[in-house]
Amino acid sequence: MRFQPIDQFAKNLPPATRASVYQSTKTTHEKRTKLLFDQFAEPDRLREIAGEIKQHAIENLDTYLPQVEAKLKANGAHVHWASTAESACATVLQIMRARGATKMVKAKTMVSEEIELAHYLEKHGMEALETDLGEFIIQIDHDHPSHIVRPIIHKNRREIAQSFEREGLGSYNDDPATITQRARHFLRHKYLAADVGLTGANFVSAESGRIVLVTNEGNSRFCLAATKCHIALIGIEKIVPRDRDLALLLNLLGRSGTAQDLTVYTEFIGGPKLPAQPDGPEEMHVIFVDNGRTEVLASDCREILRCIRCGACLNVCPVYRQASGHAYRSVYPGPVGAVLSPLLAGEKFPQLADLPKASSLCGACHEVCPVNIPIPDLLLRLRARAKDENVPSPGTPPMGAWALLASQPTAWRAALAGGKLIDYLPTKLIPVPALQAWAAKRELPAWRGGEFRKWLKNRPR
Amino acid sequence: MNDDREAILSRVRGALAPLRERAALPTYDSEVAVMRGLIAGRDLVELFCERARRVGAVALSDPAALVARLRAESRFRGYCDPVLWPRLAPYFAGGDFQVEVTFDRTRVDDYGFGITRAAAAIAESGTIVLNDTTTSTRLAALAPWVHVAVVARDAIFSDISQAVAALGHDRNVVWCTGPSKTADVEGILIEGVHGPGTQIALVVDWESSGL
Repeated sequence: MRFQPIDQFAKNLPPATRASVYQSTKTTHEKRTKLLFDQFAEPDRLREIAGEIKQHAIENLDTYLPQVEAKLKANGAHVHWASTAESACATVLQIMRARGATKMVKAKTMVSEEIELAHYLEKHGMEALETDLGEFIIQIDHDHPSHIVRPIIHKNRREIAQSFEREGLGSYNDDPATITQRARHFLRHKYLAADVGLTGANFVSAESGRIVLVTNEGNSRFCLAATKCHIALIGIEKIVPRDRDLALLLNLLGRSGTAQDLTVYTEFIGGPKLPAQPDGPEEMHVIFVDNGRTEVLASDCREILRCIRCGACLNVCPVYRQASGHAYRSVYPGPVGAVLSPLLAGEKFPQLADLPKASSLCGACHEVCPVNIPIPDLLLRLRARAKDENVPSPGTPPMGAWALLASQPTAWRAALAGGKLIDYLPTKLIPVPALQAWAAKRELPAWRGGEFRKWLKNRPR
Repeated sequence: MNDDREAILSRVRGALAPLRERAALPTYDSEVAVMRGLIAGRDLVELFCERARRVGAVALSDPAALVARLRAESRFRGYCDPVLWPRLAPYFAGGDFQVEVTFDRTRVDDYGFGITRAAAAIAESGTIVLNDTTTSTRLAALAPWVHVAVVARDAIFSDISQAVAALGHDRNVVWCTGPSKTADVEGILIEGVHGPGTQIALVVDWESSGL
């Protein structure tokens, strides 16, 4: 029997990895729920309002994008636009070359993962160092993040200690505090030696042009204290209409992502540093990245552009908990990834068209989403698209016979009557291994086909 | 890239053109996201200190207690904002401290503590608000293991919404809610990743916020 690719991956996942992904996602999810419901009378109302704000923002990008561009320019930032991943990478390289820069320190940004910026810069002779602890470990291991917020959720301390030893960051020590201290000492000198600091953005206010960044570690703060040039790589969907909307969104982001009232550092960046401030970027560049987003905006799944990348849907998802992030074969895993990744894939949609099928449509992702994205509906729309485009679906049992029966009333009635035979069928003896494995621990209930028709026919009118 | 600008904006317009109506911006009271039950009737200084401790920060009101703590942790070398130093210097008397009023970035590891002014604080979340106008150097508030933010008693906002409304025109506003932390390694909480491992708020009545 063939499996869906995601099932195949989950099947081969080491049990220890599965256990740790399961445990930590479950813990974060439970803390999130407790926080929101303990602290607010109507937490769901907050999610609904936030969803409406973001939906409004993406449906009015034609107004907000030029508006935010003007604000950013007035604040002293240079604004660039990049249609594709290649164009975004080339723009970064061009900015670095124009300054004679060779060393970049990077804060965590999912867009940079999406466009594979670090690889591109390294290929062109630049140093591009990840500074978020998890992303740094991913980089030295040539691995990929498996969670939006917790990139190394799939690794344990022993693997990390081995990587640090291999990279010359000290002899083997798997104490998490020691690992963190070693990264602290190694990276702070890298920040100070770097020419350029690159960040993403969690939000951009169209009203003020303020870029909002949140981190717990303080790495983006260090990038913006030590370097002289700031480049912000921002997906065009990150815009929020007004500053006041930030209060609501920040309240939701910390609680949804990491079960914190607020993430430790929230930075509001309104341009390059003031002359009186000795530290920080004198030059600021903002690159607005499309890379498939306008195509998503044009589709019937545009709601996914509301996403604020908190990871709550990953933490609650029964499929993500069993399969871990790499099973999704793309930058964005979990329920949000099952929608966003195939959409952003463009022509390569068929390669990821199986992701929307790897869901029981239980709806937990929708229930926790801080911007109230109806993820199950979007999954169904993408399933329909795959069907329309005749994308093959491995692992799906053939439904042709059922479809034939279900579309012909006479045949259906006959099948309902004849189905009684199943009661006398020795299921355990049918030579189909999958069926035998199933039947070993279960028994079929007695056949009830036709009961509903009987009831409908005989009910008093 | 200019070509890309036009291309993106025209694709955005094209994507939105078929929409019969656009989603409206909801009207809502910022109060929905405020933990009013927590704040109502409370002294803001007291509430701020309580909430700051909850997120792992240290809240003090007596400079002598600050000096005692630094001494107990053997952090004798540090930086202090030159504006604050005349006021704090008497507490550091005794000859064991070496406090600089300029921050030399080539010696970041020499500084065990950095003392800078905070622009404000937020009681609801236990947050310290820094900005470029009041922070004498970004690095001194970030690189040393201990950061001391001197907060004026009269500069404490009750909640996050109020603090957002008061962002003003500063180019760089940083909210610090507890010490730098990570749970990247097996979900275990470790403090002091890139920023301060100890975040202290020194709440005083002799600093004025100018708010």
